[in-house]
Amino acid sequence: MAAVDDLQFEEFGDAATSAANPGTTTIHIEGPSESPTHQPGLPRGSGGEEDDELLGNDDSDKTELLAGQKKSSPFWTFEYYQTFFDVDTYQVFDRIKGSLLPIPGKNFVRLYIRSNPDLYGPFWICATLVFAIAISGNLSNFLIHLGEKTYHYVPEFRKVSIAATIIYAYAWLVPLALWGFLMWRNSKVMNIVSYSFLEIVCVYGYSLFIYIPTAVLWIIPQKAVRWILVMIALGISGSVLAMTFWPAVREDNRRIALATIGTIVLLHTLLSVGCLAYFFDAPEMDHLPTTTVAPNQTVATAK
Amino acid sequence: MAKAAESSGDPGTTSPRPLFAGLSDISISQDIPVEGEITIPMRSHIREFDSSTLNESVQNTIMRDLKAVGKKFMHVLYPRKSNTLLRDWDLWGPLILCVTLALMLQRSSIDSEKDGGPQFAEVFVIVWFGAVTITLNSKLLGGNISFFQSLCVLGYCILPLTVAMLVCRLVLLAEPGPINFMVRLFVVIVMFAWSIVASTAFLADSQPPNRKALAIYPVFLFYFVISWMILTFTPQ
Repeated sequence: MAAVDDLQFEEFGDAATSAANPGTTTIHIEGPSESPTHQPGLPRGSGGEEDDELLGNDDSDKTELLAGQKKSSPFWTFEYYQTFFDVDTYQVFDRIKGSLLPIPGKNFVRLYIRSNPDLYGPFWICATLVFAIAISGNLSNFLIHLGEKTYHYVPEFRKVSIAATIIYAYAWLVPLALWGFLMWRNSKVMNIVSYSFLEIVCVYGYSLFIYIPTAVLWIIPQKAVRWILVMIALGISGSVLAMTFWPAVREDNRRIALATIGTIVLLHTLLSVGCLAYFFDAPEMDHLPTTTVAPNQTVATAK
Repeated sequence: MAKAAESSGDPGTTSPRPLFAGLSDISISQDIPVEGEITIPMRSHIREFDSSTLNESVQNTIMRDLKAVGKKFMHVLYPRKSNTLLRDWDLWGPLILCVTLALMLQRSSIDSEKDGGPQFAEVFVIVWFGAVTITLNSKLLGGNISFFQSLCVLGYCILPLTVAMLVCRLVLLAEPGPINFMVRLFVVIVMFAWSIVASTAFLADSQPPNRKALAIYPVFLFYFVISWMILTFTPQ
């Protein structure tokens, strides 16, 4: 590629080989001390991905600088909020996949978000989860009470608003509290890794994705199945959260670090167990002898 | 006043100069006067048209709007790629459909148990705030559709689901049972698919190509929730 010679990237060594695009504007960087933040604000569309490759291995302060520089519009313009929705379809799918398969040692934020946090994922995953929980709870209650003579089906529409309040409060207030706490600890102990508020919201939003299929599977009226599902979902999303936040508190006092991670996992547990208990009636075994049992009952027979 | 003193980048680059690169060197001094005339032709025609609709009878006005709404209903029922819904948007149709749907879906106030179906206001809020949220989402993702055009399309595409509601209401007059439920389920599923196809036909083109799925998914969720409300409607 003849364009590579024009870029004078030789000082950076192997970073020049991934510079790539002939045809985009040429960038002159004078020396190794000159940080890439002197570039004019690059468009973060498809051309931005190559630059992400260049900077992806740097430590967090450079990506922090780039993240801070990206939002150059004032906050009252529409373009400011468009920067939070600058994701393509495949990126959203990648992030969802990353939240479902936590790899030990890999950080969700480093790997997938990489200074491009989006609000699309958290918002629509929470919206889907709200309706998934409300609808599955309704269906599950209907199926459990199917044979009872005194049962009259109600759509229980009020539970949608309650579910919405719970889920959105969890997905926004807990990251806010966690961010404030991490900022406070950062002022006391110098941490290498620090996350912006939007990255924390992003991690929490994508970690809730596992609960959508879990909520649908909670329709099955077996207590054991439900609790196994809770364990699996909690394991996956809890480990995503723990592995993301462990590097941020690692340098701190041992007890505070463990307490932080423990609180994160505990709140997550409370959310899932609380939703299971409130929206899904317990599958009772003892209502069978009082009703006429039809042969095609789906409820498990009691002993 | 228009002295554009600007250096156009590094002269040492060997890349081809982009279009209009030399324009930055041009400076307009003060001693060349710029003059001319700007006229807007056909202005008088428009004024005449405006005043004529002011003088027409009320029946004419209402019939014209009703015909526009009816024409758009036809476009929704037989969705082809056309621009009529987008070009001449109006919100009368969505309002009529939303009010009809909310009136049919509300639970009666006599039997106001705590966990019944939605109230009128809840349906209304879900439809309108859902449509506004989807529109904002598609605009934030970079779609080039205007706010009211998108509201218009989403509102008009509720028409199949309103028809489904009417059919369900009629079917519920018959005896309850699994066949009753199967018929209603089938009708709601068909109308839900119809709504999705109709709105996708109108909205998909205005999205950037690598984000189409991201913009269409909220539409799917929106119509799914409305279909769920229709399917679970039980008369008291």
